[in-house]
Amino acid sequence: MTVTERSTARYHGKRHRLDKPELLAPAGNLEKLKFAVHYGADAVYIGGQKYGLRSGADNFSFEEMREGVEFANRYGAKIFVATNIYAHNEDVEGLEDYLRTLQEVGIAAIIAADPAIIETSQRVAPKLEVHLSTQQSTLNWQAVQFWKDEGLPRVVLARETSFQDIAEIKKHVDIEIEAFIHGAMCSSFSGRCVLSNHFTDRDSNRGGCCQSCRWKYDLFVDDMPLYPEDEDKFTMGSKDLCMIEYLPELIEVGVDSFKIEGRMKSIHYVATVVNVYRQAIDAYFEDPERYELKREWVEEINKAANRPLNTGFFLDAPGAEDHIYEPEEKAAPYDFAGVVLEYDDKTGFATVQQRNHFKLGQEVEFVGPKGVFFKQTVSELTDAEGAPLDAARHPLQPVRIRTLKPVRPMDMMRKKTGNR
Amino acid sequence: MPYKPELLTTAASMEELERLIGAGADAFVIGEERYGMRLAGEFKLDAMAEAVNLAKPHGVKIYAALNNLMDNEAVESLHAYVAAVAEAGADAIVFGDPAVLMAARVHAPGMALHWNAEMTSTNYVTANYWGRRGATRYVLARELNMEQVIETTEGTELEVQVQVHGMTNIYHSKRSLVNSYMEHRQEPERLVQRDKDRGLYVMEAERQDERYPIFEDANGTHIMSSDDICMIENLHELMEAGVNSLKVEGIMKTVEYNETVIRAYRQAIDAYLADPQGYEFREEWLESIRAVQDPNRELSYGFFYKEQVY
Repeated sequence: MTVTERSTARYHGKRHRLDKPELLAPAGNLEKLKFAVHYGADAVYIGGQKYGLRSGADNFSFEEMREGVEFANRYGAKIFVATNIYAHNEDVEGLEDYLRTLQEVGIAAIIAADPAIIETSQRVAPKLEVHLSTQQSTLNWQAVQFWKDEGLPRVVLARETSFQDIAEIKKHVDIEIEAFIHGAMCSSFSGRCVLSNHFTDRDSNRGGCCQSCRWKYDLFVDDMPLYPEDEDKFTMGSKDLCMIEYLPELIEVGVDSFKIEGRMKSIHYVATVVNVYRQAIDAYFEDPERYELKREWVEEINKAANRPLNTGFFLDAPGAEDHIYEPEEKAAPYDFAGVVLEYDDKTGFATVQQRNHFKLGQEVEFVGPKGVFFKQTVSELTDAEGAPLDAARHPLQPVRIRTLKPVRPMDMMRKKTGNR
Repeated sequence: MPYKPELLTTAASMEELERLIGAGADAFVIGEERYGMRLAGEFKLDAMAEAVNLAKPHGVKIYAALNNLMDNEAVESLHAYVAAVAEAGADAIVFGDPAVLMAARVHAPGMALHWNAEMTSTNYVTANYWGRRGATRYVLARELNMEQVIETTEGTELEVQVQVHGMTNIYHSKRSLVNSYMEHRQEPERLVQRDKDRGLYVMEAERQDERYPIFEDANGTHIMSSDDICMIENLHELMEAGVNSLKVEGIMKTVEYNETVIRAYRQAIDAYLADPQGYEFREEWLESIRAVQDPNRELSYGFFYKEQVY
């Protein structure tokens, strides 16, 4: 789908769109990919064994990519691969083969920042679309025009762009615009931070980022610490982005792809966030005039969020309230307890694969695509053979639970964090 | 043409520019904050024209810094600024945003263009990419090691510029982070001046010996390295590799300091060019720099001899 095939009209400065923007989700491994697609992502971006910026994620082998593409195809979804490092000379070797293989495996696009990778891909794997990564920190329409002239169908804008910037860019250039709408943010311009290199000899622009921006620092003035021995030290760490409240504005300004950050995030996080944005986008297009933000969407997002949330640069430049000076509460309020493998209509029992400890008598809730969910207490729990259990203790153990309502494979069961 | 590397530096003022010409600098990067990033000082267009007039008789070149990450607002006036910079007689435009390339094609055809994206200029393929699109020089990331510097220089037809001395930027945010912190503390009035002359720095609990300067300007918040690169002992390695431009970064240093440093590098370069085979590093060059070096800032080899992982 290209921009030119789209019907967009302008009305009071807004775009009335007949087509939906793409919902683009991250996946750190094959299972996360499947959940992202199943919960409603139109496209999923992943990392391979090389050239990606998350060397700490599991990342995909070519075989896993093949399986991921096959799975996504069944849903009409696409798979993109992040090749977003700034390459050093030694990374150039093997690049051509890598890109050819991505094309052969059925990957739809790469997300790249380094012209070395962009140009090589265009030359050796012409069927792979090249999307300009946010690592290029593209802020202006003229630069977007440059990349369009270079043959790129899509630009992922810098996270520092506002609604107004996006409108300006869309006004000048007919190109697909992808924007981060949810997730953790570099507080620096992407790609313009080498704190990791200096602090730990880990190359941030090749995936070695150790998140030094989230460490705590003393700020010195006149060679004296400004606030000696104090809790709230100086930091660059940002709150996470969440644009669910501004979904109509994102659609109307013409963002073509809504990108969720988080290749390092859990299945529960990715599926929950995708689920919410999927419902919101669908609801908007169902009836733009009567669209309303649902409180349950915000609640859902908060259940998976592990940091406080804000709106990044979309409305205004971030200020004091947009950074995390207090000690961080890392755990999300709700946690993944299990995934439904199958449901037996006759007995009313679901087979659930354990993902975190839960026990008899505990309150859990079931969530599936479209957000259908209900709460219940774990009242009957057995192992796969039907022997009664008082708790599901073993990771990945299949257990059987009587559920209040029918459930389907890949529905998630969650529990309150720390509630054992 | 015989090999003759350029000794490039910065200047905070016309006075400094003049003194550093006297100390032996071959070229300067100057400009204004609106288009240039992390400049030692402000040179508006008329000052740039004056600098050109001052430099030209000495055979010294003036490069205009347009290396900001440009926003839509900057782009509006960018075309006029590029034309004005050409009019002022600058010898090259330093850029890191493709928008500048687009403007230069129209308003400064034939002008030398130096690609400088700081930490993201990391390989020879990318150098050649920008070369085919009009760049004449590739400014290498300071995070490369000597082997990578040599390979990149060999792998491209473009001129190659390497920073050999001074501070480097290690983090750049569009956010006003110091101001935000002061507002969080509900004491914004306690630290009103937050520019590069204020002497602010941050320190991390595990790294008490390292002072990282931090400042804010119109382009956001900048954190700088805690050490100063000093490659004077090993300058011949870069000259043997044929590196075209050796840069001394003068930001946040006194004129006296920069003068001393330029003089030392001038002597080293001249000694090498006079007799490449018989060249020997002379301890007194380094001693002269050590004598003016801030004791809280280590002189280091940067990343030239470091192994990084990822």
